[in-house]
Formats: sequence, structure tokens, C-alpha cells
Amino acid sequence: MATKHSTYRTHFLIIIGSLLRALFLALKHFKSAIYRKKNLNIGDPSYFKQKDGVVTTRYPYESIPVPDNGRYRLHNEMEDCIVCDLCAKVCPVNCIAIDPIKSTVEIGKTSDGSTRRIYAATFDIDMAKCCYCGLCTTVCPTESLTMTKAYDYSEYDIRNMVYHFADLSPEESVVKRNDWDEAQLAKQAAKATVPVKEETATQTETVEIPTKPKAFIPKAMPQKVAIPVKKLEDEGIVTPERHAPETPKPEVAIPLQVIIPVKKIEPEHTTPTASITNETPKPRAVPPKIKIPLPKKKDDEAEKGEQPE
Amino acid sequence: MFIWAFILTLITILTYAVVVVYAERKAAAFVQDRLGPMEVGPKGLLQTVADLLKLLQKEDILPTTSDKILFRLAPWLIFTAIFWGFTALPWVPGLVGSNLPSGIFMIFAVVSLDVMGLFMVGWGANNKYALFGAVRSIAQIISYEIPLGLCLLAVVVFTGTLNLQEIAQQQAIDSTFHSYLFGIRGIDVSAWGGIFTWNIIRFPILLPVAVVFFITTLAECNRAPFDIPEADSELVAGFHTEYSGFRFGMLFLSEYAMMLLVAILLVFLFFGAWSSPLPNIAGIQLFDWTSGTTGQWSSYAWSVFWLGSKAVLVIFWQIMLRWTFPRLRVDQLMHLCWKLFLPLSMLLVLASAIWKWFLIS
Repeated sequence: MATKHSTYRTHFLIIIGSLLRALFLALKHFKSAIYRKKNLNIGDPSYFKQKDGVVTTRYPYESIPVPDNGRYRLHNEMEDCIVCDLCAKVCPVNCIAIDPIKSTVEIGKTSDGSTRRIYAATFDIDMAKCCYCGLCTTVCPTESLTMTKAYDYSEYDIRNMVYHFADLSPEESVVKRNDWDEAQLAKQAAKATVPVKEETATQTETVEIPTKPKAFIPKAMPQKVAIPVKKLEDEGIVTPERHAPETPKPEVAIPLQVIIPVKKIEPEHTTPTASITNETPKPRAVPPKIKIPLPKKKDDEAEKGEQPE
Repeated sequence: MFIWAFILTLITILTYAVVVVYAERKAAAFVQDRLGPMEVGPKGLLQTVADLLKLLQKEDILPTTSDKILFRLAPWLIFTAIFWGFTALPWVPGLVGSNLPSGIFMIFAVVSLDVMGLFMVGWGANNKYALFGAVRSIAQIISYEIPLGLCLLAVVVFTGTLNLQEIAQQQAIDSTFHSYLFGIRGIDVSAWGGIFTWNIIRFPILLPVAVVFFITTLAECNRAPFDIPEADSELVAGFHTEYSGFRFGMLFLSEYAMMLLVAILLVFLFFGAWSSPLPNIAGIQLFDWTSGTTGQWSSYAWSVFWLGSKAVLVIFWQIMLRWTFPRLRVDQLMHLCWKLFLPLSMLLVLASAIWKWFLIS
């Protein structure tokens, strides 16, 4: 008790002083309430210079600008999408669902010049599952999948969090699927009857297809797929030209599988031919791999630095 | 006349409560770098009205285990006690509910009835938080009434009257009361008026008395930093935990009315009541210009203006203190009252009596 009393007494003046300081501080804040802090992005140079004033952001009426590289709601520009399925594969939480339908004809070109050959019967992104890692946008070869600045999209019904980007209606997708199946049947029928003409047909198609994967695969490749796989792909594509006379029948199935599951299925089919055509595909496969990473990092210096080596 | 005083008091209290709740929320927001209510009406001006309407629509809950009579009676008793205190306050020269010769004493006695009401609230609700709050409240208010009474006594020693009407008129220029500059018989400032005839200037020993009075009245109002009776973080809502709807509104209104009562009392006792702060000096009749003609409407208007603006200033400080200081602990509270304010106010009564005896009369 004695100590308590003494602290009360000795600290009396200090307490009075601190009370007065607190009061002046409160008054200072009260006075500076006539100012308001501007809603600046944190990147703004004067962001940390605003020391006084009301900090409230009246959100629905005003908002803090989001950074340019902010990761918020996903958007897929279907005009530019080649339905390569990379985004769905890379997604760590499986929030992208794609149902591709191959087209019998070329649908069009994307804005970066890639050929669109696949429809998306469904292209659903479940933003409720999304973890906003942004991997899908980095992996996207045509940069059709982007993260926008929209962040205020709460919904009362969780089903509304699924965003549909499909470019076909259900009825259309049935039609397109039938078209493809019929085309395949027609091809097989044509092959069975006239083997010589069928060769030319398959050649033209298979030649076009490799241009697509070549254009985008290098971006996606470095992480997952090693060089041998690439070779195999190229071989699978190339082989028909040279070995068509030897093995006519299995090649018919190749164009089906080349387009969608590039990595998985092709090697199995093309392994027999791989040992034979090891020499030729190398020059094709290697150059794109070296060329593309370079311009990304540093333009001239990187090349100069690497050439002497 | 007392009817007019009654109506005026009631209207003043009601409008004041609506305005000051909004002001308090805004001031709190500004101190904390926020904006406060902004949605209802322009700049949130109608927020309190909306809250009041919501409050009145609330279900009037009467707890099953409560003491029904006490529970129902308590808000009325509290509000009556506070409202009773207003009867002796003269709003303008001449307009007073009851021109009692013992006005201050009556206010002091009647407002103490508040404690009775608080205990009825806490006991009647049959809730441990309410009871805790009520017990703390009683302990606090009864303790702080003693230095408060001594502060009043220090003023009365100087004024020589308990009538608030007279105390107010003494501080104006047309009184027969002699005022000396800073309470030392030398320069007679009776004709100057204004701030020089305020009790606090013409009798400077009242300055510490005013400080003690202000702090003790904060405790009397249960306002922060002396809000342990309704300590939100410990006792839910303190003694009025079980109250809802109109009954809660009554308790709420009483608390804010008490703030106004003590603010006006402070102005009456120390800061010149309704008289203008501007003195008549060097031929410039500032006091006369800002006081109007006695008995005319102009004088009433000026009186209301000066009294109102002074009271608003005091209430502003009450609000600022609430949003600046943390709550006192119970032992700190009691220490402050019994070991600091009680001896201090006793000394001040003695000092003012000695000063009055030797330096003025």
C-alpha cells in the first residue's frame, strides 16, 4: 500500500502533463479533420506525405485505385482464346473447367495471329474457388486470360460466382460436335476406299497443326516439359510426311490427339518412329526454345553476353 | 411564467439531446480521424433522428425475473430528478421555473435523487451487470458529491447567496455587487462588466474550484473518463443493460440532460451566466451593445445567445475529454475523490473564505 501511495503522489505532475498532452493531441486531430486524405494508390509518390486528415474512404462512392498489376477477377477474351487448356491444367485449385470441341474448319485468328481451331462448349471459371495466384494468366499463350481490376463482385448466390465464357450455346455445341464426328467418319471412310488421296489430305492438316503448338508451347514448356517430349511431338507431326507409305493406318488417329492433349498421348504413338527420325527434328525444336526467353529478359545485353560463351 | 419555463426547458432538453448526440459522434470521429455519420441526411445530420425513431419502435422488454415496479418506475424517477434540477436555472433574466432563495442547494439536493433511481434500475433489473453498474454508480456519485458540494460552497462564500438568479445578476454590470480586478481591493471594475465581473476573474481562487467542479460533475454525469458504471468493455452497458425502447431512451436522455445541467451550472457559477464577455472599457460600450435593453426582447435574445454559447463550449470540452482519456480504475477513481479532491476542495473553501474576508469586504 505504501508504495502505491508514493507512486500516486510522485507521478501526479507527470500525470497532469500527460493528460494535457493527450488533450492537445486530440484537439490537433479534431482540427485537422477539415482535411481529407486523398485516395491515392500506394505507388503514388505523395502517398506517405499525407499525414493529417480524415482517413475514411467512403467506399461505394469513392475507392482507392488498384495497382496495374493487381490480381482480381479473371476475364477471358474468347476472341483471343485458342482453348489450349493450359490454364485449366496449371490452376492449383482447379477452378477452370473447359470442354473443347474441335472445329472442322479454322474458326479465325486471334489478335496475336494464332489460329483458332477449337470451340469451347464450356469455359467456366469459378471465382469462388479462385486463389488469385495468376498462374493461368502467365501460362496463357495468347494472353486472352487476364486479371481485371474488378474486385467488388460479391454475390448472394454462390452459383453466380461461376463465370461462363463459352463461345457456343448448348445447341450449337451439339451441332459442332456432330460436325466433327461426321468429318472424322468421312475421313476414315475416304481413307479406307482411296488410300492415295487420303494421304494428301492428312498431310495438309498435319502440317498446319504443328504451327500452333510451336507458337505457344515454348512459353508453357520450360516449367514442366523437358526436351525429349518436344522432340516427340515434332516427330509425331513430322513423321506422317516421310513415313506415310510405311504406316498408313495409325496416322489417321494422330491429328485427333495432336491438338488437345499434346503432352500425354502423342509420345506413345510416336515412340516407334522416334528412334528413326532423331536427327531431323532437332533443329526445329531447339531454336524456338532459345530465342524466346532471350527477348523477355534483356534485349541486347543478354544476347551479347551469351554469344561469346 | 413557470409554464413557459417548463415548456422551454423541455423543448431545450429534447432538441439539445438530438443535436448533442450527433455532435458527440462527429467529434469522436474527428478526434479519431474518421468522418462519423454521413449517410442519413446531408452530412448525416438526421442520423440521431433516425436512431431515435428506431429506438422508439423497439420492443419494450420487461425481464421476467425483474422487479416490475422498480423497473418501470426507475427511468421516470431519474428523468424527474434531472428535470427538477432545471427548475432553479434561470434561462434568461426573469424567466425561471422557481425563483428559489436556495436554488443551488435545491439543485444539489434534487439531483442526488438520481442515485436512488440508478439503484432502482440496477436492483430492479435483476441482472448482475446492471447491479454491478448501479453499485459502482452509487459509489461514484455519492463520493463525488462531497467535493462537488464543497465547490458550490466556495462559490457561495463569495457570492453570499444561493439564488442562481442573483448569482447571475451579480456577474452582470447592473448589480450592486462590487467587483475588484483579480479579487484585490484596488481597481473597481463594477462598471466595466463583461469578463471582468465573471466570478472566475474577479475572484481568482475560483479558478481551481472551477476545475475541480468540472471534473466532479463529469463523474456525476457518469461520463468518461469516469464511466465505470457503464464500462462497455466490462459491464455490457452498465446499469441500463436490461432496458430497451422508450425506457432506455429516458435513461439516455437523462444522462445527456445531466450534462447540460452541469454545463449550465458551471457557466452560472463561474463564467458570468448569461452576461456578455465583452467589457465596457475606454468609452467603448461593448458590454452594453452585446447585452440589449434590460427587460426587452433584445436582452432575452442576447442572454440566450451568451448562455447557450458558453454552455456549448463546456459541453464541447466534456465531449473532448470523453474521447481523449481512458477510463479510470475504481481505486484510481476513489483515490482521486477522497484523497485529492476532498482535501483540495476543503482547502479551497477555506481559502476563498479568507480571501473574501481580508481582501474584498
